[in-house]
Amino acid sequence: MPAGSNTQRPLEVTPAQVQAWLEAVADPEIPVLSIADLGILRDVLCRDGELVVVITPTYSGCPAMHAIEQAIGAELRRHGVEHFHVHTRLAPAWSSDWITAAGRRKLLDYGIAPPAQSASGRREPPDGEPRVACPRCGSAQTTRISEFGSTACKAFYRCGDCLEPFDYFKCI
Amino acid sequence: MNRQQALFEYLLRLGDNALILGQRLTEWIGHAPALEEEMGSANIALDLIGQARGWLAYAGTVEGAGRDEDDLAFQRDVMNFRNVLLVEQPNGHYGDTIARQYLFDAFHYPLLTALSACTDQSIAGIAAKASKEAAYHRRRSAEWVIRLGDGTAESHAKLQQSFDTLWPYTGELFALDEVDHTLRRTGVAADLTAVRREWHEHVTRTLAGATLVPPQEGWMQSGGKQGRHSEQLGYVLAEMQFLPRAYRDARW
Repeated sequence: MPAGSNTQRPLEVTPAQVQAWLEAVADPEIPVLSIADLGILRDVLCRDGELVVVITPTYSGCPAMHAIEQAIGAELRRHGVEHFHVHTRLAPAWSSDWITAAGRRKLLDYGIAPPAQSASGRREPPDGEPRVACPRCGSAQTTRISEFGSTACKAFYRCGDCLEPFDYFKCI
Repeated sequence: MNRQQALFEYLLRLGDNALILGQRLTEWIGHAPALEEEMGSANIALDLIGQARGWLAYAGTVEGAGRDEDDLAFQRDVMNFRNVLLVEQPNGHYGDTIARQYLFDAFHYPLLTALSACTDQSIAGIAAKASKEAAYHRRRSAEWVIRLGDGTAESHAKLQQSFDTLWPYTGELFALDEVDHTLRRTGVAADLTAVRREWHEHVTRTLAGATLVPPQEGWMQSGGKQGRHSEQLGYVLAEMQFLPRAYRDARW
């Protein structure tokens, strides 16, 4: 997403500063989380005088990626940065392990059960079903209702104790 | 066939499989048998279409003729599609859709896992991402096969019929041709013999769990990978391609 005029001015901000601004950009699907909490924001760097923001999609078809690119652009322009490029990096593939500890807490407070195990140590789904605790009452008596919830990154569960349905952020 | 041509064909096969199956699944939106299944179908379609975008974008780069993923998805005619016949088969009843999905998922997951170790870094990157998604697809469709096969007498009979009908389309998944041979030499194409072994093992186990009888081996249909399609694909494309063909300047 190149933007701005043809005259290339020297970069007037540091990548660290930009990183700090972008940490406030909310995920459009789960607005309590920032793109940094989710691990979508991978890097901010300066290449040949141009600011490059590197993001990695959570899922191949995640419809939020376009909105995230636009939100990054809006945030940068708000701070007067006109010359930048948002680069989508596929490899290494995004993992739910990249969600920060703060991100996991925010998910839980929002009513979404965070990933119940590490994706790297996870066994392949057919055999390694994790126990998912209810984000409302903490009960472990939960049942998966559907492999896919409101978005591809979530499954749909129901609590056997408080009887409330809830979303579970899948381990991937 | 040189390496570049083979790579382009190979990428179209990967991309078109995902695109056409994704498009088929979107046909359930609005009238799936349950809300959860509607969301499941839509989310799997989203994964597949996202994967197709990756494959077709790279195919366009390899071809070097200035076509992007949208040009390849929306401006090609039936005979230029390279998907297997299985994925273009109609949705039928939900058991038909589940059987088609499972037979494909059981192939897709080991294929993508093998391609994650591909010597072509772009293929490896897309495949590593997609295989994580395909693992969930396979788990869901296998569970449905068991639930319907080991369900009521009616669901059992219907699902057995679905597998019997779709079985002749499974041979093509593993058929090798010049494209595979050209790319196998450089470690790009996946070893379909190993993929078939895992597919066969998984399908045998799932059908047993579903109390279904593995269909008899016999005549296998083929042709999709070379562009010879069933009449079904034209109808899929007519719906999928209408808007961008009728309105060439249409933008989101």
